[in-house]
Amino acid sequence: MLSGQGIGKRFGGVQALSEVSFSIRRGEIYGLIGPNGAGKTTLFNVLTSVYTADAGAFEFDGKPLSRAKPHEVAALGIARTFQNIRLFANLSAIENVMIGRHVRTRAGVFGAILRTPATRAEEARIESRSLALLEYVGLVARANDVAGQLPYGAQRRLEIARALATDPKLLALDEPAAGMNATETADLRGLIERIRGDGTTVLLIEHDMKLVMGLSDRVLVLDYGRRIAEGPPAEVRADPRVIEAYLGAGAASASARAVSA
Amino acid sequence: MRLDVAGDRQLLLRYAGLALVAVALIALPFALVQVGTAWVRITNLAILFALLALGLNIVVGFAGLLDLGYIAFYGVGAYVWALLASPHFNLHLPFWVILPIGALAACFFGVLLGAPTLKLRGDYLAIVTLGFGEIVRIFLNNLSRPVNITNGPQGIARIDPVRIGDLDFSTTSQVAGLAFSSPIKYYYLLLVFLLLVIVINMRLKDSRIGRAWEAIREDEIAARAMGINTTSLKLLAFAMGASFGGIAGGMFASMQSFISPESFVLVESVMVLSMVVLGGMGNIWGVILGAILLTFVPELLRYTVEPLQKAAFGRMIIEPEVIRMLLFGLALVLMMLFRPAGILPKSVRKRELSAIAK
Repeated sequence: MLSGQGIGKRFGGVQALSEVSFSIRRGEIYGLIGPNGAGKTTLFNVLTSVYTADAGAFEFDGKPLSRAKPHEVAALGIARTFQNIRLFANLSAIENVMIGRHVRTRAGVFGAILRTPATRAEEARIESRSLALLEYVGLVARANDVAGQLPYGAQRRLEIARALATDPKLLALDEPAAGMNATETADLRGLIERIRGDGTTVLLIEHDMKLVMGLSDRVLVLDYGRRIAEGPPAEVRADPRVIEAYLGAGAASASARAVSA
Repeated sequence: MRLDVAGDRQLLLRYAGLALVAVALIALPFALVQVGTAWVRITNLAILFALLALGLNIVVGFAGLLDLGYIAFYGVGAYVWALLASPHFNLHLPFWVILPIGALAACFFGVLLGAPTLKLRGDYLAIVTLGFGEIVRIFLNNLSRPVNITNGPQGIARIDPVRIGDLDFSTTSQVAGLAFSSPIKYYYLLLVFLLLVIVINMRLKDSRIGRAWEAIREDEIAARAMGINTTSLKLLAFAMGASFGGIAGGMFASMQSFISPESFVLVESVMVLSMVVLGGMGNIWGVILGAILLTFVPELLRYTVEPLQKAAFGRMIIEPEVIRMLLFGLALVLMMLFRPAGILPKSVRKRELSAIAK
């Protein structure tokens, strides 16, 4: 459903991404891993048009994404969360989710000022849908709490609820488990599986190897901005280039000896 | 939705309270006249500033765009009125034609300012808007040659008052034994505008558009990622804020019957912004309170400082104007220390969720 061809991005002297190609199939959980600074978040930012790519092109649902602005990307059906949580911190949890409905609703200035029946009906739909989404991520009891004052794990889940409010076809999660404890991570795993079960494709950046390898159908590994492996978790885990990237060359040859012995 | 007995009572109390406020507002000018007509004029000025502050509140309070040149839109509205209803061009259009034109002209300038500043935030935006305000004032000052449009620093005089049918707002009329003087008539007209602008502000705040503005204020990158077209929504905020400024400007011109570029200087922008910040950015009632305080307190000082000093020392030691700025500075310092979010800070909206959970 989403494919990238030869994606490149350079920041001054640093080639953050070069010649990265991949394709994500509808309904799968697609993991994106790599050591720190490998270009994972840059790939996210290029995909969602926060940055523009220097080279290459994305195709989403058969349509090119190249010239789309960030809000158009969201309208096309790609929603994301952020590595460093970016909630609307001074607004309540439910208002955060309601803002996510913006792109799927239409009321304009005159509708808002005149409070037409259509606008009021739409507002009611926005509110009930947002409440349902909070229920979905287990935050319904905190709907009126200020987003910035929620516990860390709850903020991560709220970001997911806000992204889901845009009715995405593809949900891109940037390190959703970062800073979570074991229980929270287990809950998150259940949530991501449920989202996929409900028909949303998931793109997942994650450092928690147990989580990403356990959840993903396929994994793309980046190192220094290049694609070094792609495939099912079991295959990727045994790939000597992946082991080298994570543990160094010595470890890779040691594990190769262990395999051949 | 069925209301229980307690809910009915609460609603009744609310309506009773509203009725009381309405009666008080209607009676207010006649009470003030007892003290002096000047106080009715000052009240009118306070309402005018409340209109301005509520317009600026859309830009600064809702969308979080710091605008230091807001008074320019007030100036545009005032000059549109002055040019279309004065002997200057010998045009005397009726008020229901000029007011929309003034609002539209201000709106146009709002977009003109908004478009090049879309990528700026915070301090940088403040500097550009400040420059914009000065540019407009300098244009007004100099558009007298080679073709005399604004009459330069001399300003435009003998501007028409508001006339609705036979009702002339510049004269006193007797109705049912009550003397409706010119300021009292304007008071009611301004009150109607204020109510309209309050309703528009409240409804916008609690709407899809208002939420999108809040999202932009909180985190622009996240707002974009959620599918909010920040370009058009920021322009909308500038345009709406500017049109309110334009309407207030038109009323100002007709009330004063004389305007000059002197009325639209940077200090005025700062005053309006101070009203918004002092009252409580983003809180409609706070902003109105800020406008009332910052209009009335200086006037009260003007009437008390001189007699007090004369009584205490036998002569004037400190001019009222100096004391005003002194107190103003002190108030700002105290505010930042004790109530940085304003006298009435905006609150997080609590939603009745039990009703929609079903």
